Amino acid sequence: MNARSLGLSTFYYLGLLLIVLPFLKGNTLYLPLFFLALWTLRRTAFAGEQNRTFVRLRARVDRAVIGNHKPLLALLLAGAVALPFVSSNYLIDVFTSALLYAILATALNITVGMTGTLVLGFIGFYAIGAYTTGILTAKLHLCGFWTALPLSGLIALCFGLLLGIPTLRLKGDYLAIVTLGFGEIIKIFLNNLDSYTGGPNGILGIKKPTLFGWGLDSLPAFYWFCLLCLVVEIIIVARIFASRYGRAWVAVRENEMAAAALGIDVFRRHLLSFSLSAFFGGCAGSLFAVKQGFISPDSFTFLESVMVLCMVVLGGIGTIAGAVAGALLLIVLPELLREFALYRMLIFGAVMIAFMIYRPHGLVGSRAIALEQEDSLHG
Amino acid sequence: MLSVDNIELFYGQVHAVKGVSLTVNAGEIVTLIGANGAGKSSTLKAISGVHPTKAGSITFRGEPLQSLPAHAIVGRGISHCPEGRRIFYELTVRENLLMGGFLLSGTTALERLETVMELFPRLRERLTQLGGTLSGGEQQMLAIGRALMSNPALLMLDEPSLGLAPLVVEKIFQRVVELNQGGLTVLLVEQNAHIALGISHRAYVLETGRVILSGQSADLALDERVQKAYLGG
Ligand SMILES: Nc1ncnc2c1ncn2[C@@H]1O[C@H](COP(=O)(O)OP(=O)(O)OP(=O)(O)O)[C@@H](O)[C@H]1O
Ligand SMILES: [Mg+2]
Repeated sequence: MNARSLGLSTFYYLGLLLIVLPFLKGNTLYLPLFFLALWTLRRTAFAGEQNRTFVRLRARVDRAVIGNHKPLLALLLAGAVALPFVSSNYLIDVFTSALLYAILATALNITVGMTGTLVLGFIGFYAIGAYTTGILTAKLHLCGFWTALPLSGLIALCFGLLLGIPTLRLKGDYLAIVTLGFGEIIKIFLNNLDSYTGGPNGILGIKKPTLFGWGLDSLPAFYWFCLLCLVVEIIIVARIFASRYGRAWVAVRENEMAAAALGIDVFRRHLLSFSLSAFFGGCAGSLFAVKQGFISPDSFTFLESVMVLCMVVLGGIGTIAGAVAGALLLIVLPELLREFALYRMLIFGAVMIAFMIYRPHGLVGSRAIALEQEDSLHG
Repeated sequence: MLSVDNIELFYGQVHAVKGVSLTVNAGEIVTLIGANGAGKSSTLKAISGVHPTKAGSITFRGEPLQSLPAHAIVGRGISHCPEGRRIFYELTVRENLLMGGFLLSGTTALERLETVMELFPRLRERLTQLGGTLSGGEQQMLAIGRALMSNPALLMLDEPSLGLAPLVVEKIFQRVVELNQGGLTVLLVEQNAHIALGISHRAYVLETGRVILSGQSADLALDERVQKAYLGG
């Protein structure tokens, strides 16, 4: 196991613990149960690995998914578009949140997944985007949402550059800490710049926009709008990933020295991916501000940063589908499990552990696995 | 073509290169030999700009290099194939090679790709395979092929024989000689002094960051000190 995968798995467990701990608060009784479930899962995973029928079946499912990803994608998109027709307002709201997180996770995945830089305070950019929109539209009444949305992204991008230029020359762990500090500093600023941000009380009355005379204030309309934003973001990011610039990001992640020796300006690649992440993070924040209609510093805690990071890691680091899947998993699953009340966190934790055991590379898995399976597919 | 004059290189407190000077003329194969930790790799890193130098000067085709960043030096015609291959595991062989031609335009890069694949036909068979799934020998071919993508005038190879079977080593050095006969200048770092002195024109012997001996490879191979220390005789 090399240092990177070791770091990743440590991080995996840490994230998991961070997510599970709040649920366990006061219920330490469940901790042994939790570990029992973990142990049982490990045993069954082991037994499953030994069972050839199971392994073959799993490989066949994987292959079917990889081989038919286009129709599957179309089906998923159709399902996502149709969702508001068949679900309650409450569920639409949950899925809208999930979409926002998916936008955020896709953004973070650019730095964490593609260039391989751990960013811990990513929610800071989300906050900047949200407050930019809040201040411009509801506080100062300077412009409408349609101007504020790109401005939110651009201002987040500027902060990304300001933070990135002095720090992106640092190596992994230091950068993680610096960005963590950045997230916290943003929160402190939001709490104390009362005259602009409203301090701890936040900003009220951020209105939903209209699009060609259509109000986006109904739940389904806003859901569709967020879906559209996610699709646009995914298309942009996917295009970049498939280009030589995207490959240069992977090259920098894989080996900085070799990348530099081949003529790739490593620092500039880092800076580009970091500021692009920040840009999309800011846009997501802008959407969040109008969705809630109200923002306060409480929405942008460190735990949120960890949550987004977990989405990226859980879904499958370095893949777009993974980031989206991770977001859905971590937002929708806890809500669906609400009926189980007390047992909810147990099931939730167990599902995540199951993922780590059965899918160590995340839900969607890394490219290495996908290609290996294609290989065995062709003989 | 390349002249290195009195360079000093530090890793924090570690003084790895202490005033090394050397020259490489166009069309030559020049080799650096020396024990582990002598500063051979560090010298190459200084030339390619991957690690900064504290003092001294490096000129290539009459232009100073030492203030340029690594990615700009590649553009001047120097390619560094680093120690330990360092290929990109999660990129395919084709993508690895294209990264080597990062500074070229799209069509030029594809033309270069053809040339490099003709040189290493094995790579053509493995084009869609991930770099990390190649065998050691194939990875070394990929690393050299990738360094050749930028169509350099000077190729710096750092221990291409590392961990390879003798037959593969022979094959790789044969390619290097062919490339050199085709007009490529080569600066080679090699532990296997036998082979290195066999194929090179001139050689420098490094010890604890200094050049202690230099001359025609054929002469050095007969030198008593070299024989004792590096040729096991
Ligand atoms: N990244 C680094 N950080 C600190 N010290 C280093 C680093 N790289 C090399 N050194 C030190 O610098 C000195 C020269 O190292 P260098 O890699 O140039 O040796 P070398 O001649 O290439 O040896 P080898 O034949 O083992 O590859 C050694 O003492 C080594 O320990
Ligand atoms: Mg070395």
